[in-house]
Amino acid sequence: MEEKEKKLQEIPSEKFAFVNTDAKLHDEKFETKPIGYFKDAMRRFRKNRGSVVAGVIILFLVLFALLVPLTSSYVAKNVRVSEYSKMGPRTTWGYNIGINGSENKEYNDLILLKNYGIGVAAEYRYDEATNTEHHATFEEGKNSAYQPIIKQGSGYESRMGANVSYYYKANIDTYLGVGFQYYELNNAQYTKLLNWQNETGIQVLYPMIDTTHPDYFDCGDEKIAPNYWYRASSDRNSKGAPLTSTGAVQRLKTDNNIEYNDIYLRKDGKVQFFIRVGGGTTETASYKVRVLYYNYYQYLYGVEPNYIFGTDSQGYDLAYRMATGMRLSFALAVLVSVINFIIGAIYGAIEGYYGGATDLIMERITDILVEVPFVVVATLFQLHFSDKVGAFPSLIFAFILTGWIGTASRVRSQFYRFKNNEYVLAARTLGARDARIMWKHIFPNTLGTIITSSVLVIPGVIFSESMLSYLGIIQLGTKTSTSLGTLLSEASGLWQTYPHLMIFPAIVISLLMICFNLFGNGLRDAFNPTLRGADE
Amino acid sequence: MNNALLHYYLLRYRKIMDKAKVIYILKRIGLMFMTLFIIMTMCFILVRLLPMSMPEGASAQQQETIQRRWEALGYNKPILVQYGIYLKNIITRWDFGTSWKLKVLEPASNLLLSRLAPTVLVNVYSLLFSIPIGILLGVYAAIRKNKWQDQIISILVMLFVSIPSYIYAFLMQYFLYYKWQLLPQVLYSLEDGGGSYFTFKMFTSMITPILALSFGEIAGLTRFVRAELTETLTSDYMLLARTKGLSRRQATYRHALRNAMVPVLPMLIGDFLSILGGSMIIEQIFSIPGVGQLYLYSIQQRDFDVFMMETIFYTFIGLAAGIIVDISYGFIDPRIRVGER
Repeated sequence: MEEKEKKLQEIPSEKFAFVNTDAKLHDEKFETKPIGYFKDAMRRFRKNRGSVVAGVIILFLVLFALLVPLTSSYVAKNVRVSEYSKMGPRTTWGYNIGINGSENKEYNDLILLKNYGIGVAAEYRYDEATNTEHHATFEEGKNSAYQPIIKQGSGYESRMGANVSYYYKANIDTYLGVGFQYYELNNAQYTKLLNWQNETGIQVLYPMIDTTHPDYFDCGDEKIAPNYWYRASSDRNSKGAPLTSTGAVQRLKTDNNIEYNDIYLRKDGKVQFFIRVGGGTTETASYKVRVLYYNYYQYLYGVEPNYIFGTDSQGYDLAYRMATGMRLSFALAVLVSVINFIIGAIYGAIEGYYGGATDLIMERITDILVEVPFVVVATLFQLHFSDKVGAFPSLIFAFILTGWIGTASRVRSQFYRFKNNEYVLAARTLGARDARIMWKHIFPNTLGTIITSSVLVIPGVIFSESMLSYLGIIQLGTKTSTSLGTLLSEASGLWQTYPHLMIFPAIVISLLMICFNLFGNGLRDAFNPTLRGADE
Repeated sequence: MNNALLHYYLLRYRKIMDKAKVIYILKRIGLMFMTLFIIMTMCFILVRLLPMSMPEGASAQQQETIQRRWEALGYNKPILVQYGIYLKNIITRWDFGTSWKLKVLEPASNLLLSRLAPTVLVNVYSLLFSIPIGILLGVYAAIRKNKWQDQIISILVMLFVSIPSYIYAFLMQYFLYYKWQLLPQVLYSLEDGGGSYFTFKMFTSMITPILALSFGEIAGLTRFVRAELTETLTSDYMLLARTKGLSRRQATYRHALRNAMVPVLPMLIGDFLSILGGSMIIEQIFSIPGVGQLYLYSIQQRDFDVFMMETIFYTFIGLAAGIIVDISYGFIDPRIRVGER
């Protein structure tokens, strides 16, 4: 060994040569970018397929909420159409596959006869120049585009004492089933409607009914009355069944070719398309008209009544209402989560950093606040502030009052963990002030956990809002906006007959809850450094 | 009981309840009442700031009685004086105020007590139904961790935990009542149900709310048990048990399961206490005449004394559940010494 060392020392100096004389040796720069905490978390988040899908769905729902109210055709529809309330989904492209706003039920044949009558009456044409009327036959009416009855199925007889009623399975387009309606228009409106009708060739105005006719059937409902335009039976057992010209009652069971005989209002041999009401001159008088509502809707809003999710209990477009409801939910949830984040971060940082008596006192305050039942807070805030600042702000206050405590306690424990680390000591020795140590050195360590908890606050807020709205503790529904919970609560009495009122908002809420939970859990796993490398 | 047995129990009792523990419990209870007092004070002030009104349709005589009662309760005096009278009534006469609207001149505590039975019953049934299923599913998922069975259970748990309970309620109502006509839509009234909440007919009408409540409960419990058990299954003592020659089943049953139950049991105990509060939304949907429904009625009718009573009740349950969960840790797992520093 020593021999060898000696030999090494005896190597003559001329045998040595510089490896490198033209450049300085130094560490090579990293070719790749360093992977920081957030980048690493992002990378691991992307590997979690479920969370990514959830994120995409959330994005889609956010876009739905933001874009639907902006779409022009929907803006036109942000009007309440009381004639079309509680209607099912109906689209042009889905009309033949069942998305046609139809009801599949068993109907009394008298109701079916009324509906067939709508189709027959819709095919009525009048030429003013020659004073000729075209009356449609039953067959023509059946095949009319305005015929509400899509399909009529088998029927059966039901006897109750001397009464015989017939019931048929049928599929009725409820939009067309609204049929004719009475409206009162002023002179300008009337001429405008008349012009539109002449321009487009879509007939809106139909003759008025002679309500003094002996065979006029008075059904007692102003919304249905315009549809009894034919000679009808007023008999107790066959209310509203059409009569033949000789006065015989016709029923679906016995008669194949029903004959409808009109009782239109005629003056000097001419059918009348309006009645003047309220007196006054031609300009100031009101015109009572009888319109085919389906076409009148087109005149009013420029489009056919198609609602992809149907209409709500008041007659608003459900898609639009849901979009505004989701907007409100998102706005509420994001606002609450951001404010909780800020308050919780500051409060928790002060608690954790200073510790001791400060911590003790502040902890007692949160101990008390956290025990106040949320529903009590929400109620009291509603009772006190909803008149003064509105329901929405007072709900935000209620959420914030106790919501930040979770964030604060997380930040606090993280501060306890990091505040005695060497790097903090180093920073302090170098003269950094408390605020700088807190926000520049310790706080970034807590970001991961509190971002996660802030995201997980969102589904909680959405759920609580829907619950409080459903219970009627808060009232967020207005003319222009609503909330998902309000939609559910409006549907609560009706949804068994109109399931779409409940199904669509329920699906949206469930989707939101599932997706935000998945997304939040994915974030939590991604930000958790102990799971690093576990999946690789 | 013979002497030896008595002696044994006494010894055991002393072992369970050592001095530190007793002091800790007393301290916690003291703190609880302080918190309750502060919350009560805040709520009382906020409630009394709201305008009071006479019940609609009260007779002149009733109105006069109410007016006199209000004067006796100091309604025209400062709020703090009113609060003093309120506290004095609670302490001396166990009088939590009077219902002025819902049941005119009935003590608020009577109203609450009469509504405890249905709430508790529905929730106890639901817990009894969901606890075994939840634990079994959780254990199964943990044993089959990362296999397809576990993955299916995990996906279902994710769905059922996230979907709000009222949506199950609607689904249950739609199918069990509206579509198939199997069960009634809402709870029978006492007269229809046979005069008592414990009859079989009453139970059948409770099935729908029980199921609606159970889905979320089962899912939550499954998730919790699975998480706890997977943690214990991978711990070192399991390895030791296996090395000693225990079969996998034996080791799981004797060591892992028992240790996994340490956090699960206190949670269940807490659950059993908090069911007193009930679920407002389920009670609303199924018109269960319970505590949650009373709360909603008291807001709708602005019956503030009943509202106050409910607030105290909810707060108390929340606080008590917290304490009992904390203390029960110490009883279930002797290694955990509550109250020691």
